[in-house]
Amino acid sequence: MREVPVLDAANIRKRYGDREVVAGLDMSLRRGECFGLLGPNGAGKTTTLRMLLGLTAPDAGAIRVLGHPVPQAAREARIRIGVVPQMDNLDPDFTVTENLVVYGRYFGFKDDALQARIPSLLQFAALESRANSRIQELSGGMKRRLVLARALINDPDLIFLDEPTTGLDPQARHVIWERLRKLLNQGKTILLTTHFMDEAERLCDRLKIIDEGKTIAEGAPRDLIRTHIEPEVLEVYGEQVEQWVEKMAKPLASRAEVTGETAFCYAAQVQPLIDSLQNYAHLSFMHRPANLEDVFLKLTGREMRD
Amino acid sequence: MSSDLSLPRFSWRWIAVWRRNFLVWKKLAAESIFGNIVDPLFYMLGMGFGLGTMLPEVNGVTYIAFLAGGTVCYSTMFAASFEALYSGFARMHVQRTWDGILNAPIVLDDVVLAEWIWAASKSLLSGVAILLVVLALGLAQNWLAIFILPLAFLIGLTFAGMGFIMTAMAKSYDFFTFWFTIVLTPMVLLSGVFYPVGNMHPILQAVSSALPLTHAIELGRPLLLGKVPENILLHVGVMLAYGGVGFYIALVLFRRRLLK
Repeated sequence: MREVPVLDAANIRKRYGDREVVAGLDMSLRRGECFGLLGPNGAGKTTTLRMLLGLTAPDAGAIRVLGHPVPQAAREARIRIGVVPQMDNLDPDFTVTENLVVYGRYFGFKDDALQARIPSLLQFAALESRANSRIQELSGGMKRRLVLARALINDPDLIFLDEPTTGLDPQARHVIWERLRKLLNQGKTILLTTHFMDEAERLCDRLKIIDEGKTIAEGAPRDLIRTHIEPEVLEVYGEQVEQWVEKMAKPLASRAEVTGETAFCYAAQVQPLIDSLQNYAHLSFMHRPANLEDVFLKLTGREMRD
Repeated sequence: MSSDLSLPRFSWRWIAVWRRNFLVWKKLAAESIFGNIVDPLFYMLGMGFGLGTMLPEVNGVTYIAFLAGGTVCYSTMFAASFEALYSGFARMHVQRTWDGILNAPIVLDDVVLAEWIWAASKSLLSGVAILLVVLALGLAQNWLAIFILPLAFLIGLTFAGMGFIMTAMAKSYDFFTFWFTIVLTPMVLLSGVFYPVGNMHPILQAVSSALPLTHAIELGRPLLLGKVPENILLHVGVMLAYGGVGFYIALVLFRRRLLK
């Protein structure tokens, strides 16, 4: 029996003026997986999420979420969806608990049902001692955890997370990651967008890299690294690193890219490159395995996107 | 896009959004009620007894009794307008409250409907406060004064519906200055709040007869003077038309702004 996807989008498109922001994307999420949607700024991630939630109608293509056609039955689909938006939009006039109660009412829950559910959400978010705090008194990490708890008020099957850890310190990020793991273990399906490749590599079962509204790669993080990039990376940095690159790295590495004072050399074997550095004492180096960030930069380029 | 223009479709979920706004109001109710009472009180005392000493009777009543009906109408108009423009813009744009709501199973039409009813509710709350002032000053002639309350709600629907057009177009709070200085303030001066419309130049009288605040005052002033207003259906109809058309135009603009 073929499993029905939790979310299925076929050839969706969206045009603003003469720019096609989403140019024919396909997407399919399996139950219980964490799916990453990656791309540089302006790649079409936010527009894609808005279309999947039914907040923007696609110009073409078909979307089904949790069995409902979107945007036609987006309201029905959203009953079983939780959303963690990029920007915190907690109610500043309310306490932690009031934020959860008010949000739960939007789903049609009665107050006594919400009062019964909120303690477990506060525990999940490690905010039990903050139940009656005002939002202004919370740290960035606490606010993020509260937004996550708020997204769980309806015990959703599918959770959208739009850059959930942007702006958080490393400790706070790890707490969020650990909570997301827990949700995946409970069988929830997650759709995640992020700028942090370590986050995507750590959490996602599968991911899709998009640019200019099109898919440029898709697969499990490890498979993407294996198929798109050489296994070893040597980062070499110091003044006039270009001279070394021209003379030594180009013949020895399969690819070498220079950004500022750093050269990224990709190769199956980096030992010859390391040996070649012996006559360049002012250069430092770091040897590491290739990661998702290398794939991302190879596929989307190193130039800045604004 | 044609779906921007489609007629509104509402669900009962709007009540949850209204309750959100009500909960915020309850937290700040003391300040809000204080303002709602003190502001019109000072106006009526200052203008009514101050200016009133220089004036003979206006249309057969004391100046303060004449002023009371106009004050009720323009105070509630401002209450609804502030809510629809400044507070509505805060929730839509500054705090992103609407974005959060739209991620739940609530659609934009419901959010805007809830904001409309809420702004009218604020107008009603303001109306309650002013009615208390009017009663305390002994300015209500009989039980007809109680109809000031549904009128306050109707005034709220009228001016919030129109005001949302500005909210939907605004880039910042500064934009609202135009509405208050170019639309509402001249309307107060032309609608017979402070002096009878009949004393104005005929052209201004014609302009006045097209203004929604004039129609509100045509209802509010007799109610406080203890008389049943004339042409009730006409006045209510004009106000509903202004509010309803304004609401629809605003809804189309909100859809274009937020659902594109």
